[in-house]
Amino acid sequence: MDLIPGSSSMYDNMVACSVKAPVSLQIGNMVTDTANPGVLVIDVTSPECTSFNLQEISFKNNYTAFLMVRLHKQDPNSPGNAKWVTCLRNYQLMPCPHTEEGAQDYFSISRQQDSEKTLPSWISSLTPVGQAPKCQNAVPDPDKISSSIQQMWALTEVMQSSKTTARVGRFDVDGCYDINLLSYT
Amino acid sequence: MDEGTELSSTIAQIVHKLSGSQLHFQMERQAKECLNHPSVQLETLKEDVKQYLRKSGWEKKLQNAVYQELNMIHTSGNPIAPPEHIKEPLTYMRKAQASWEKRILKSLNSMCTELSIPLARKRPINEQKELLTKWNEMGTDEPDLSHFRPVYAPKDFLEVLINLRNPNFDNSDQPSASSHWGLIQVPLRVKDLSELREFFSELSLGYGQLGIEESSQVPQDIFENEHARIGRKVLADQDSAAAEQYIRQGSPTELRAELWGLILNVTSEPEDIMYYEQLTTSVVQHDLLVDNLFYKDVKLTASNDDYYFVFEDFLYQVLLCFSRDTTVLEHFKYNSATPPKSYIRGNLGIEEFAVVYPPNGVIPFHGFSMYVAPLCFLYNEPPKLYSVFREMYMRYFFKLHSISSSSSGIVSLCLQFETLLQTHLPQLFYHLHEISAQPLRIAFKWMVRVFSGYLATDQLLLLWDRILGYNSLEIIAVLAAAVFAFRAENLMEVTSLAAAEAVLADLSTLKVIPLLQIFLFATVT
Repeated sequence: MDLIPGSSSMYDNMVACSVKAPVSLQIGNMVTDTANPGVLVIDVTSPECTSFNLQEISFKNNYTAFLMVRLHKQDPNSPGNAKWVTCLRNYQLMPCPHTEEGAQDYFSISRQQDSEKTLPSWISSLTPVGQAPKCQNAVPDPDKISSSIQQMWALTEVMQSSKTTARVGRFDVDGCYDINLLSYT
Repeated sequence: MDEGTELSSTIAQIVHKLSGSQLHFQMERQAKECLNHPSVQLETLKEDVKQYLRKSGWEKKLQNAVYQELNMIHTSGNPIAPPEHIKEPLTYMRKAQASWEKRILKSLNSMCTELSIPLARKRPINEQKELLTKWNEMGTDEPDLSHFRPVYAPKDFLEVLINLRNPNFDNSDQPSASSHWGLIQVPLRVKDLSELREFFSELSLGYGQLGIEESSQVPQDIFENEHARIGRKVLADQDSAAAEQYIRQGSPTELRAELWGLILNVTSEPEDIMYYEQLTTSVVQHDLLVDNLFYKDVKLTASNDDYYFVFEDFLYQVLLCFSRDTTVLEHFKYNSATPPKSYIRGNLGIEEFAVVYPPNGVIPFHGFSMYVAPLCFLYNEPPKLYSVFREMYMRYFFKLHSISSSSSGIVSLCLQFETLLQTHLPQLFYHLHEISAQPLRIAFKWMVRVFSGYLATDQLLLLWDRILGYNSLEIIAVLAAAVFAFRAENLMEVTSLAAAEAVLADLSTLKVIPLLQIFLFATVT
């Protein structure tokens, strides 16, 4: 997994953070044991400030199937005391971990998402015959969508070039299109 | 991203794409003109204008345009993803595509140098005049093509795909019954048979189909009459989404041209015809090396085909115009490929002299003209023929000759084919594997050409109906497996690759829909 320190997000206040190298969780002798570890831990710390209000995490995946996020959270009642809280458990990044789907995708996890997804799709396809099919195309809440449309619009304006998408049509430069060789760069 | 944000991101993308489009200008103009209409009152202006546009059919056109964009959207649209990720999310595939492209460029450059022919030049005036007079019979002009050779053939591309490896994938297990016996060694996700059955559910035996002789469920002539009646209604409503759903059961011959035009949202406005005229002017003004590659390709393929040789002249017109069409460059946003670059007048490295070559960024390969040939049966007006071909290329055909992880990309289709064969015809696959007749070596050329030139034309058009209906190329992988299943008995007796090729050389008598139905719905799992 490649965390993107300082990646753009919907919010202006990006927190610079340092990402430590992944450490594998393994029982037994790490030198002689040849089995690949299934779980790795990545520590992310912010050297700038000791505490901040986390809204969103953005990252690029690198063949991680499930994600768990734990935060070292300050106790509002007794400042100075902090404890580890699991805020995301078994969040699925790759629908089918033996294949490439989602393996190198970009993800943004916002504060609102704390749903638990415990069953990967390849297990849920074993549900018994006769069960009602899931409704795939439930219409999302229009108010929720329209409130985030403004932000999305602003974002796509920034991300894409501001050139008009109308056709221009010219492939020559001032009427000249004399070419001898293709360029390799 | 949660569902709501994902949806609004998609909406923002589509609105961004449509703003500045021809449709946008037309609707703006229409909205201004309707202000004079008595039904539009100042107090309720916004609602009245909307209602007017709705009633005069513009809402439907907008719906069709939005539906067209939805069909083309390729990613979930996470805004933080950079452009190269949208082209192709997997780094190793992007790298493989880049090195393949470099080989193509080198090949084209060495052809230029050997033949001392420029890649592009302006035609002298007398040559331009001559071409204009011969525009409708370019087939009679026999330039010396003996020194030209195709830049690459499908089998060269197959070798590249066979060598694709994911550096993160540990494939060191010894070959066994549970490993993959085929040539494709990258772990892409492909649908299994039960998923294919669900995806292609309208092909099942409970639905009427065009392309079968008789059905045990519904008398075929009753179905065909009713289906044609519904088709005429869909066309009258001008609804792209309904047309796409309708055509999953096949299209009546007399409605097919219009239905495909509706699904692809191809219009025949004066602007479209003018644009085509502009392209023909570009062909007359500038001579491109790729023109000769197209001439050669048509001569080698379509001209030798009993069904397509009559369309030779149309093919030249369409392909030469295609090369000069810069709107095709748009599809590189979601194609893993990148258009080749050059500099005019030898001004290497100076950006203001940088151009794309050819103008549409697509370098043809052996068999490319067969993408256009079947369309000549449907459209006899060059502008419409051209627009339909261009849309088909930008939606589907480009995926067949670029390296990507897309589910309709050629790599996935190859893996899909091999997986279906190994899972459901293991004895056949094992036998072919043992005699070094890997099935993909035979099926690859069918899939790259979308079976054009291999099936009878009526069967081919029934197959392409389903490609449009399901907005996916996966059906060609299923058909390839179904063909092997159909000829399994003969194939079990062959002892060499050449003999296997011979068994599968002639597909012209095959009926595709019954084959697909048997393979999808009658295979024991």
